[in-house]
Amino acid sequence: MHRLLTDAPGQQMLMLGNEAIARGALEAGVAVASTYPGTPSSEISLHLFQISRRTDLTFEYATNEKVALEVAAAAANAGLRSLSIMKHVGLNVAADALMTLAYVGVRGGMVILTADDPFMFSSQNEQDNRYYAKLSGLPMIEPSSVDEARAMMAAAFDLSEQLGEPVLFRTTTRINHSTAPVRLGPLPEPRTRGDFIKEPLRCVTVPAVSRRLHVRLLENWEKAAALSEASAFNRVTGSGTWGVICSGVSHGYVLDAVADLHLTDRVRILRIGFSHPLPERMITDFVAGCERVLVVEEGEPYLEEAARAAAQASGITVPIRGKGADLFSRLYEFDPALVRRCLAVYFGLEAPAVSTVDRSEVPDLPQRPPNLCAGCSHRATFYAVKKAAEGVETICPTDIGCYTLGFLPPLSMGDFLICMGSSVGTACGFAAATDKKVIAFIGDSTFFHSGIPGLVNAVFNQHDITLVILDNGTTAMTGHQPHPGVDMAALGIQGFGRVSIEAVVRALGVGHVTVVRPYRVEKSVAAIREAIAFKGVSVVISQEVCTLYARSLKRPRAKAFRVGDKCRNHRDCIQQLGCPAFYLDGQQVRIDADLCTGCSVCAQICPEHAIVPVREG
Amino acid sequence: METKRLIIVAVGGQGNLLASKVLGEAALAAGVPVRMSEIHGMAQRGGVVESALVFGDAHSTIISDGEADLVVGFEPLETLRALNKCHARTVVVTNLTPLPPFTVAIGRGVYPDLEHLQNLIRSRVARLVALDAAALAKAAGSILSVNMVLLGALLRVGNLPLDADAVRETIRTRTKAEFAAVNLAAFESGFAHVRD
Ligand code: SF4
Repeated sequence: MHRLLTDAPGQQMLMLGNEAIARGALEAGVAVASTYPGTPSSEISLHLFQISRRTDLTFEYATNEKVALEVAAAAANAGLRSLSIMKHVGLNVAADALMTLAYVGVRGGMVILTADDPFMFSSQNEQDNRYYAKLSGLPMIEPSSVDEARAMMAAAFDLSEQLGEPVLFRTTTRINHSTAPVRLGPLPEPRTRGDFIKEPLRCVTVPAVSRRLHVRLLENWEKAAALSEASAFNRVTGSGTWGVICSGVSHGYVLDAVADLHLTDRVRILRIGFSHPLPERMITDFVAGCERVLVVEEGEPYLEEAARAAAQASGITVPIRGKGADLFSRLYEFDPALVRRCLAVYFGLEAPAVSTVDRSEVPDLPQRPPNLCAGCSHRATFYAVKKAAEGVETICPTDIGCYTLGFLPPLSMGDFLICMGSSVGTACGFAAATDKKVIAFIGDSTFFHSGIPGLVNAVFNQHDITLVILDNGTTAMTGHQPHPGVDMAALGIQGFGRVSIEAVVRALGVGHVTVVRPYRVEKSVAAIREAIAFKGVSVVISQEVCTLYARSLKRPRAKAFRVGDKCRNHRDCIQQLGCPAFYLDGQQVRIDADLCTGCSVCAQICPEHAIVPVREG
Repeated sequence: METKRLIIVAVGGQGNLLASKVLGEAALAAGVPVRMSEIHGMAQRGGVVESALVFGDAHSTIISDGEADLVVGFEPLETLRALNKCHARTVVVTNLTPLPPFTVAIGRGVYPDLEHLQNLIRSRVARLVALDAAALAKAAGSILSVNMVLLGALLRVGNLPLDADAVRETIRTRTKAEFAAVNLAAFESGFAHVRD
């Protein structure tokens, strides 16, 4: 049995935040869940996918977040409880659906989980998705701890049904990837078959309908505001005339800071857990009872501006501060010491002593950046493209996945990246605007996510670009989730179709299509050279399974290689490939046999043919 | 309950997350409040994995610079890099087996001298316990049990609100059955390696 199905209400279990969220959804009786994987939210889906294999839960890895949201929106309009899971930037993709779903609403409860990533541990930006609640007019719930994330899930579903609106559930990385004891609640038997009742005057958003639906949304907004005023998720603790307003993980840092600074009888804390609509009355009363107020929130001054506006409306002039040069930044994540220092500064206390040790004598330490795995097929493809493009001036837009790491030396393949699927769209723009050869890179999963429209655009507008599709048979970076191109039957998982990338590309009318096996270096270079020389849209599909994935599937491994006597220490292998299986033993290049996957790419490029398979025995 | 803050730094694949999980489960079983967080962005691609474990009455799940009471480093360079987390009373436990990052092989940086590295850490913190965890793990039956060797050493240092038997019990019941014996042997060898 899956551990998240443990039927023991009251028992405590150690859980990752993402496990607690999945458990919370199960306790709420979720019937349909859909996602496109994205850190820091991915483990929620991983567990729900596993659970869906043994229960009546419907779970879908959708092609992108917009589709994931639409799947869940329809299920909720068929009366079922549905969950849609995505990282913060995923909500940008789904925003078109979100904005008008807010007008239409839902019948069954629907929760949209958005996982924000302050500091950008694994994201391209650190946007603050609380503004999506404000933009769409939808309610938003934000937990401050792992156990609360579980408990708030069920409340979010109830709230959604009460209002007939989807509810946004916002986490940050430090909720998703923290671990703490969680107390299990009961697991209900969910209703898993719904029915759709036709209501075209609510569900078909032509202008005349939408004009009335906008009125409905604003009425719901009012109702939600009243619920927010009364919600136990918005609460005041402590006593004193110094006020702190906070939300999310900052609440824990504030509690620790107040204890460390011995301020328990000086500071009152308003913790906001129902963060849209904000409880304006409650905030106003809180501020009115304080001499001064500090707002502690990561990201944008969302609460701070709202608190100031609420105070102003009631003519209250109590100082309210949050972001500022001497206080908090909009940048990155907070930590306990930072919050303690800002609290001390703002309330005029002596700043707590800094306890770090002297590191002035620590030498410059070599960095340990992430690197493509030893034997990663992307390295082989990048090498082949680089060789094939020698002498050609290129611009190489890239995309989001493990292969983004190809922009680092020594491969240095990747010149432009803004979002999922941007490789192809920007390739069109670079081709239109410059005289250089544009070679774009996109992964298989990203191609399905949002690469196809860009490619259609390239064909229609007759751009001269080469698109290299790095097809490694999985969504590698987020933990090897399936995508529509994966042969699920070969993994022993029934009930899935399969979309061939090559068939899609050919059907779009791409003028030149080749499939290469990147571990065959010479052949790949020759084929890519042809594709680059082609005038018009050419596509190279580079097919080789992700080696880390192959290992996790326990596929047989090729024999490792070693550096033999013929080595004359040119170090072409290290300098051109940057495979982490190489290391220097004194001045001699060697290969770590435990890391080597036997892809043989280095053996094929060594000018001395010095790299040979490890002998048996 | 007094708060104890522990940072574990490792290179992806060294089993740091399992080590944290064992400590977390042991704490839960013993009724010690515990919260942890981890950053494992692209761990499998050779990056650094950092876990923070906070025992006792605190609400935060992360640990600020200068606020770790204990630091366990699975790799010496990473231990030195984590010196920013230490204060003058911190106890540091480190493996001495280097895993040079790839940047060293391509000439972008020099791996620090191990003696110098130890002297630097030792002169800044309350105590440094350094051991060749890889060798001890191998002797215990598997190089993969480096994490358990270091847990043994950590529990012997004795600054956590957890006793070694609780951790032994968790290793016995919570690590994969086929590895439990080797894991326990590795734990004991790390434990025995540290002298008062
Ligand atoms: S996980 Fe797969 S795709 Fe990602 S770097 Fe490793 S081998 Fe390459």
